[in-house]
Amino acid sequence: MRKTLTVLLMASVLALSACSGKKVKPGATGGEAVSSTAAGAQTAGADGAEASTKGAGSAGNAVGALGPSGALGSQRVIYFDFDSSDIRPEFVDVVAAHGRFLASNASIHVRLEGHTDERGTREYNIGLGERRAQTVKRALALQGVQESQIATVSYGEERPAVAGSDEAAYSKNRRVEIFYIN
Amino acid sequence: MRLSPLPTIFLARLAALLLLVLALPARAELLIDITKGVTDPIPIAIVPFARAVPVDGGLDVAAVVQHDLESSGRFRAMDRKDMLSSPTRASDVQAADWRTARNDFIVVGRLVSTAASELTVEFELLNLLNGQTLLSQRVAVQPASLRFAAHRTADLIYEKITGTRGAFATRVAYVSVDGTPPRQRYALVLADMDGENLRVIMESQQPIMSPAWSPDGQWIAYVSFENHASSVFVQRVRTGERRQVSARAGINGAPAFSPDGSKLALTLSGSSGNLDIYILDLATQALTRVTEDPAIDTEPAWSPDGKSLYFTSDRSGGPQIYRVPVQGGEQPKRLTFGVPYAARARVSPDGTQLAMVVRDGGGYRVAVQDLGSGQMRVLTRGTLDESPSFAPNGAQLIYDGRDRGQGVLAMVSVDGQVTQRLKSDRGEVREPVWGPFPN
Repeated sequence: MRKTLTVLLMASVLALSACSGKKVKPGATGGEAVSSTAAGAQTAGADGAEASTKGAGSAGNAVGALGPSGALGSQRVIYFDFDSSDIRPEFVDVVAAHGRFLASNASIHVRLEGHTDERGTREYNIGLGERRAQTVKRALALQGVQESQIATVSYGEERPAVAGSDEAAYSKNRRVEIFYIN
Repeated sequence: MRLSPLPTIFLARLAALLLLVLALPARAELLIDITKGVTDPIPIAIVPFARAVPVDGGLDVAAVVQHDLESSGRFRAMDRKDMLSSPTRASDVQAADWRTARNDFIVVGRLVSTAASELTVEFELLNLLNGQTLLSQRVAVQPASLRFAAHRTADLIYEKITGTRGAFATRVAYVSVDGTPPRQRYALVLADMDGENLRVIMESQQPIMSPAWSPDGQWIAYVSFENHASSVFVQRVRTGERRQVSARAGINGAPAFSPDGSKLALTLSGSSGNLDIYILDLATQALTRVTEDPAIDTEPAWSPDGKSLYFTSDRSGGPQIYRVPVQGGEQPKRLTFGVPYAARARVSPDGTQLAMVVRDGGGYRVAVQDLGSGQMRVLTRGTLDESPSFAPNGAQLIYDGRDRGQGVLAMVSVDGQVTQRLKSDRGEVREPVWGPFPN
């Protein structure tokens, strides 16, 4: 696992340097600027969650290697237990890999989107989603990522990944999604 | 509420984010369905009013009044088919006949065309048990406001008989959601309390949440996620003109107008991600911090006198309700005990009760706590009942729940005796907020 990630990370770095000329300001196109940079990988959809599940398949694409379709991209969603903002053991390495990559690529930025399941009040869940995003942010910082590289946003329960009112759905909705911005 | 002229930066943004202000065809999207009424509803006969053709536009005023009173769950109206006569004046009412038909009260009325485009609604409410005329009213209206006048008529009758001001001539705002995750569309919708005059005032492919009325009913504040961040907007209901009032780093959420309409309480986190309560002066943009704690502090609600804020905080572990003076100088006081989860308080119009969401036996339910005694009553039985909002008369709460996986709206009387469901044909509906009394 560790070895594979390292190889893929190197590929990502190479891919990144190949496309460093591309710049997109977040928000410049009125809402969906970020994910639309991955040329051809996806359209500027209404929802970032879409990117995490449908972006794979164009590995080798310059920007794609970083973002939704790249190696790190396939592991961009960190899931959480109910009422918890602790990173589960199986995601510690994933977060650390993102952290190492970002630490050695100070020009790369990420947006961490925190989410909760539908239970509980909406604004309080915004707080819980933010808490999850902040946990991931701190874990990235431990790898040497600069605070300026990381933005957080919490959607609380407003943007579920899947519909449903059972634990199967809830466990997919309690998450932090990592979006790369270059 | 007075708002300063729009700063240019906001105007530029406004243009960029140009929202759709749509007027949907007038059709009832919300239908009130009584699921439980009082055991002994008040029997009343509401006789069809004399028409004023064609100025009245064909509106059946008595039917609107009857629908309002029956939807309250506290009245049982006589079927028109069973009426043997159709008096339109108090002097024509044969009280004994109506009493025999088991009515305690009768309403008679007429529309009088006073000029080419003006109408007067005249009606009387009689107590059939003692023959007294309880109400005798004449109201001049523009024909376009006739339905509103009918709701006001129902308000007056309701108040005369029950002692509580009616809230039929009020509106509700709520959020509707279409589509399946992760691709959903969000809308902010306004409707009269009987489901008529439905309007979408804001649509977005990003979440819209936490709508809140200004006390004068002219503005709605809400949270919108645009450009991957939350921000707070206030929007003029009539024109759709809107203004972004808070787009600071981190979370901008949970707006609540102060009782005088000049300020918003809201939740901000800054980039550190720590949610605290602030007050934003809408005219000066001055920001005052109210809470300062590493816990989540959010969901502020004003006391009616504007001196205190109630809010949710998990500083003691799980979320609980606290109260803090707006002026500061005191530690927040915890108000809820005995439940593992108490959040999103709303204050009754008279300031004596809090409605909130509690977790109770595995479900999230609407509860009311008496602020004097501290006693809490759980009013609902669903598994995900949330977002309670008081009627302006304090007698009822509207809230959202889940029914077969779908977000639905429901109402419950504060005494727990009457429950109603509001049926919607517009996908998922949630976060209902009951508007103020009309001026």
